[in-house]
Amino acid sequence: MTSMTLNAGAAVPAQDKPNSATDLSNKPATESTSVKTQEDIAETVGSPFCDEAKLRMRNVNVFYGESQAIHDVSLDIGRNQVVAMIGPSGCGKSTFLRCLNRMNDTIEGCRVEGDLTLDGEAIYGPKVDVVPLRARVGMVFQKPNPFPKSIYDNVAYGPKIHGIASRRAELDEIVENSLRRAGLWNEVKDRLDKPGTGLSGGQQQRLCIARAIAVSPEVILMDEPCSALDPIATARIEELIHELRENYTIAIVTHSMQQAARVSQRTAYFHLGKLVEVNDTETVFTNPEHDLTEAYITGRFG
Amino acid sequence: MQTPTLFALLLLLILVAYGTGFSRAIAAARSGGGVRSLASLPSYYGVHTALWCGLPALIILACWLIFDDAIIRALVMGGIADKPESIAGQNLLYAQIQNLTAGNLVGNATPQLQDAAAHLANLRESGRWMQTALILILSIGLGAYAFLRISPEMRAREKVEKVLRIILLACACAAIFTTVGILLSVLFESLRFFQSVPVTEFLFGLHWSPQMALRADQVGSSGAFGAVPLFTGTLLVSAIAMFVAVPVGLMSAIYLAEYAGKKVRSVAKPLLEILAGVPTVVYGFFAALTVAPFIRDLAQSMGLQASSESALAAGLVMGVMIIPFVSSLSDDVINAVPQSLRDGALGLGSTKSETVRKVVIPAALPGIVGGVLLAVSRAIGETMIVVMAAGLAANLTANPLESVTTVTVQIVTLLVGDQEFDSPKTLAAFALGLMLFISTLILNFIALHVVKKYREQYD
Repeated sequence: MTSMTLNAGAAVPAQDKPNSATDLSNKPATESTSVKTQEDIAETVGSPFCDEAKLRMRNVNVFYGESQAIHDVSLDIGRNQVVAMIGPSGCGKSTFLRCLNRMNDTIEGCRVEGDLTLDGEAIYGPKVDVVPLRARVGMVFQKPNPFPKSIYDNVAYGPKIHGIASRRAELDEIVENSLRRAGLWNEVKDRLDKPGTGLSGGQQQRLCIARAIAVSPEVILMDEPCSALDPIATARIEELIHELRENYTIAIVTHSMQQAARVSQRTAYFHLGKLVEVNDTETVFTNPEHDLTEAYITGRFG
Repeated sequence: MQTPTLFALLLLLILVAYGTGFSRAIAAARSGGGVRSLASLPSYYGVHTALWCGLPALIILACWLIFDDAIIRALVMGGIADKPESIAGQNLLYAQIQNLTAGNLVGNATPQLQDAAAHLANLRESGRWMQTALILILSIGLGAYAFLRISPEMRAREKVEKVLRIILLACACAAIFTTVGILLSVLFESLRFFQSVPVTEFLFGLHWSPQMALRADQVGSSGAFGAVPLFTGTLLVSAIAMFVAVPVGLMSAIYLAEYAGKKVRSVAKPLLEILAGVPTVVYGFFAALTVAPFIRDLAQSMGLQASSESALAAGLVMGVMIIPFVSSLSDDVINAVPQSLRDGALGLGSTKSETVRKVVIPAALPGIVGGVLLAVSRAIGETMIVVMAAGLAANLTANPLESVTTVTVQIVTLLVGDQEFDSPKTLAAFALGLMLFISTLILNFIALHVVKKYREQYD
């Protein structure tokens, strides 16, 4: 483990060239922090690795065309663990999250380097089929994006395409179960045939979560799932995350530090495409090791 | 002053009015503490003055030009003592007077006629003077009135916007009135047609042969006006066209929107749209000279009877013509489906094709249906290809290898003939036009209904 950390650190100087290519796009952010702190992110502090890792990422670099969005990030996400990713806008946390189920494949010119494994199997291996991978690693997006179908069909979509349920009764059961677990069943049980787009924002997001858990994934990635929601809807979704943790591994990107503190066991702080610090959530918010982390969580920038 | 000169002068006056109004507002602002002290921006004062100067004058000018001739005619004809009783006779007389005034009447004219001609010339001359004087006085007077009323308190913007709203309303009404006008003119001519041919025979008759006897003793041209073969022909050709255009267009749209790389797209899309720019006559050549003989030979080699002008040839080529409509419109609609929906589907582990089939296409369906219906109306209205490739024989058949004819083609052939205008043969064109109008109206109605239904489901 220690050698890994050293490797991660040692690899940074080699990144100088692509780094300079990103200078232009990162200029405003660079100005707000001094050059000195920029160099300080030579290696990730804290404990990025854990023993029972569900997802294991080593030396991940992500490029959008010429510019580099993620610089040499190594991180483990443990089984049945909630890991929160925080950091200022544009720091690469969403990009990193999207690497985990290869959603970056859909973006033209995006290139991912490094070793990423799910239960020891390479995510970016040459023989990997992204379709079952994404069924195992589900995703909830920043903006609720229910399909233009009925509530029922929204939830039933995943099980149908994966052939999880063939009979109507099985499907009904999965739909009801998923909606119950997403805390939406009581609100929609009488109007399952109504369009999902007719629900309120918070309900739509819970519908999207129900849709994601209907395919029984092992990992759920959440990309700022509450950014468009009011505090009540947010509280419901946070409650839901607590419940889901018993069965799922969750990685959540959030801009709300209170949310990260409330829902996660471990917190990772990203800055300018680099992973600055990973620690137990309590440590990060009470006693951060890195100056940048402290500056961010105390609201001095970002 | 001649009307065009007057019109140009009026435009100049409007410009001047705008300039003076604008500068007076600026001057008023300067004395009152800057532009902020005005109720509206200076340009609104300019437009306000220009509107007062130009709009009433333009409206009066337009009315003048419309009613000018009728009034002068009434005055001239009123001055003639023994005018003929019939309208035709009066028309003839007035035409003679007009010709005399213009100086190109050959032959001798009676003194009475010469008096009338002088009267007409006189009226025209004084009318022109009155017109010039009235318009200029109106324009300058009202312009000056608006100019003098400019003050920082006057709310010029609100007044200008009110006028603009009325102008917008008038434009909207123009489109509606035109439609109503076209409908009425077609309707009345159709009613005349239905006086000589019963509606039921027209709607349900199975035989179309619009040749009328010119003389009572002519044989074999009694005329039969059963429109069913024409409508089945139209349906057949349009259906063949849609069978070609909808799948090909839709699939090419899906390819372009979802699968094609940037480079392919940037080349293929303009190329496809060139197809829409080819004149239909050229498609007609292609259909008549290349496709139709090819289909005939092919059918014969398979032992089928085929005429050299066939519904299949016309339909196929028309389908090719319509492809860009379907594909371009669908492509735009598919592109407008938010990426978040695709991400959502892909994030659940859908394959690309599942995403397209189950999420993107249903979301884009209202727009696609709209595009297809536009293509259908284009197919129904298309004339040139059918004239050249499908023939003129009004066969009642569902066999695409036979020659058929369509409603629009028959309208053309009925009206280019040299029959008198009130014979049932020419009037039949209006009845066909009315039927076409009604059927496209019904089609549009259904289309709107379908789109609305899906919208409710998918929004």
